[in-house]
Amino acid sequence: MTQALPVLVEAAPPPTSPPSEPLVLEHAHPSIGGLDNRKVLMWAFLGSDCMFFGTLIATYMVYKNRSIDGPLPREIFDIPYTSVSAFVLLLSSLTMVLALSSLQRGEERRMRVWLIATALLGTVFLGGQFYEFTTFYHEGLTLSRNLFGSTFFTLTGFHGTHVAIGVFWLLALAAHSFRGRLHREHSLLLEIAGLYWHFVDIVWILIFTLVYLIPD
Amino acid sequence: MAVVTAPAAPVEPVAPVGHTDGLVVAPPSIVDPAYQGLWSWLTTVDHKRIGILYGISAATFFVIGGLEALVIRLQLWEPNNTWVSAQMFNSLFTMHATTMIFLAIMPMGLLFFNYLIPLMIGARDVAFPRLNAFSYWTFIMGGILLNLSFLLGGAPDAGWFGYANLTTRTYSPGPGIDFWMIGLQVLGVASLAGALNFFVTIVNMRAPGMGFMRLPIFVWMSLITMILLLLAFPSITVGLILLMFDRFFETNFYSVPHGGDPVLWQHLFWVFGHPEVYILILPAMGIVSEIIPVFSRKPLFGYAVMVYSGIAIGFLAFGVWAHHMFAVGLGPIADAVFASSTMLIAVPTGVKIFNWIATMVHGSVSFKTPMLFAVGFISMFIIGGLSGIMHASPPADLIQHDTYFIVAHIHYVLIGGSIYALMAGVYYWFPKMSGRMMNETLGQWNFWLFTIFFNLTFMPMHWTGLLGMPRRVYTYDADLGVTLLNKASTIGAIGLGVAVLLFLINVIVSLRQGEIASADPWDGATLEWSLPSPPPAYNFAQIPTVHSRDAWWGMKHPERLHLDPIEPASPVGAAPAHATEQAHEVVPTARAGAQAAVIHMPSPSFWPLVVSVGLLITACGVLFVDLLGSVALPIFLVIGLMVMIGGIFGWSYEPA
Repeated sequence: MTQALPVLVEAAPPPTSPPSEPLVLEHAHPSIGGLDNRKVLMWAFLGSDCMFFGTLIATYMVYKNRSIDGPLPREIFDIPYTSVSAFVLLLSSLTMVLALSSLQRGEERRMRVWLIATALLGTVFLGGQFYEFTTFYHEGLTLSRNLFGSTFFTLTGFHGTHVAIGVFWLLALAAHSFRGRLHREHSLLLEIAGLYWHFVDIVWILIFTLVYLIPD
Repeated sequence: MAVVTAPAAPVEPVAPVGHTDGLVVAPPSIVDPAYQGLWSWLTTVDHKRIGILYGISAATFFVIGGLEALVIRLQLWEPNNTWVSAQMFNSLFTMHATTMIFLAIMPMGLLFFNYLIPLMIGARDVAFPRLNAFSYWTFIMGGILLNLSFLLGGAPDAGWFGYANLTTRTYSPGPGIDFWMIGLQVLGVASLAGALNFFVTIVNMRAPGMGFMRLPIFVWMSLITMILLLLAFPSITVGLILLMFDRFFETNFYSVPHGGDPVLWQHLFWVFGHPEVYILILPAMGIVSEIIPVFSRKPLFGYAVMVYSGIAIGFLAFGVWAHHMFAVGLGPIADAVFASSTMLIAVPTGVKIFNWIATMVHGSVSFKTPMLFAVGFISMFIIGGLSGIMHASPPADLIQHDTYFIVAHIHYVLIGGSIYALMAGVYYWFPKMSGRMMNETLGQWNFWLFTIFFNLTFMPMHWTGLLGMPRRVYTYDADLGVTLLNKASTIGAIGLGVAVLLFLINVIVSLRQGEIASADPWDGATLEWSLPSPPPAYNFAQIPTVHSRDAWWGMKHPERLHLDPIEPASPVGAAPAHATEQAHEVVPTARAGAQAAVIHMPSPSFWPLVVSVGLLITACGVLFVDLLGSVALPIFLVIGLMVMIGGIFGWSYEPA
């Protein structure tokens, strides 16, 4: 229905000679910087998201060791378990790169395999986080139990939400590809999703190091 | 995709070099009558229309915030007054500040960002027109949420910076704080989307030749503002999320019995809050930097230094936040560091002030209304800046903290700074936006009344504060000796209201019967003046090529291109060649018989509005728990999320 409202500014006078291709002036003229608008948007958004996670991580660090009562991190963290889950997420960055490079070479079947593998690895990570949260809950750590619970669940929960959004995004791209709408010339779409995905992985490296690995 | 047809560009193959017609041949805006009406405004993605929507909304909220201020002043007319209850007074000053900052001054800046940035950089629209509409509608939803609180169980009453742990459930059980924190988060979404959009627009959509050091200074200051928005808003977003979790899920972030620290909120808030004041003032500085050169008939003095000092202000903005917290007791080292960085920020600000003055020196200055407001900005902002340096010193700040001295300071920088410049901007660009001039006589009256009553209101507050009257207390005792000063402030506030009313009357009268404006009534220097007033929907029939700083001035006077000493990209002789070459690009098309050039503009879309409404419904779910019981939450959440997701899908699958 929106198409019914053309902004016809002035009727063109009837052409005197057979009309050739009209001069088409696109709304978005080629960018002066040479980068696609959407890519610059994603970079700027990630800059903002850096501050978002930076603030959450700072909150965690400020409140570290300030819980009045337990359970405390050293009592419930299972480092080997979370290491595996971190490895799974990092592996998904590799498959993401492989998916993008496949699409850039025009190998769409291979791209779909890597894309779905990336989404699957992300899902495995989310499943691992769900299991971890459940275990912690049964050991008495809740959002309201102590400062550790509040800061830990908030920080890792927001990271998990980012991963979940990423998984949906990758699956949407995969669906796009299965319907034959994601070709070599659209590899920018995959690249932008990849930027987001790598960013979320990098944030996890920080969280894993600062929250899990560095002892109290 | 809406198709706009414009007659093909220059049909004079031998257009004289630098001839204005050679560059812009767009006809006056003859908008299809079918594309008028309410629906067209609800679905618009045109940056100029969205800008006007921002302006109207901001003016409306400005009037609401102003009325709140008048009630505050009337309550303080005499000692021990009980006309307004203490509780109501708390809500009034909280909503006055929140409204003025988030719903009036910031969106008034967005009027200018929206309307001017694409015109000044030679673009047809912003980078993401539908995202732009989404920003506007989300801003409206946030404003509605905040003000709904008056009707639904009490407005927020914890001050505009809502210090923890006053805001926790224990001390603020009512829904007011819920409205405040959810409303601000919705506004944060709008700001983030807008900032991303304008950042990309400025970085990517500049016309050929418009290098960074040729950007109009207003665009430069806008770019810095966008970076501040992108980097500062996450901090308050996190602060508000933690507050929301504390209130709804009983987390312990600001809960002292569980080891939480209320000072965390102060840090998170002011890490956002101080950049926020530069978000309010940098666009104002940009506006003034555009106006003063035009009315002094001189190029801006020290363009490059103006840019660098703007960057310096933006950079330092992140290193001064704790000067709001000297009274917390952060210790001598933190106090000393933040005091020094705060004083340091006076340097780039001072540089700007001297540059504006130097621009006027030896110029042929004409004091039309825009210039009056611009000069008023400089003088009033100096007063606010000086009191700012006073409380940059911790010992002095401990005396002035939480008194009316601070109220005087913030109003000298926000009214004397931002509002003066925004009014200057309205007087300056009104002809471009409406096609009519604003009434000059009313404008002069407007300026002098505004200036006299502004000073009558806020100058006495310096003394009121130093004599010991605390801010945010609903009354005062006669023994304090501030009765007369308060009466002066109240009279001033009423006069200020009259001056603002005069401004609104001027806008309405001028819209109907103002003198018809030419395309370039002030003989301006920036590209928006190269277009008809008001500009056509597609802005530029042909994207201009920029050869100098002050691009439009350079096009009008190509013989004087040496005015651009830093980047002599087109020597005097080269510009003609380039202009001719440009004309040749178009002429063959005209000869080939395609009489009209087809400009593809984005179609109107209602999906941005749908997504914003979904966001509003979702937010209402959280807010109406108190009113309708816990059933409300899942119902509103599900409906809201469905509307949002549906809107996003519609948006994604709509041909752009």
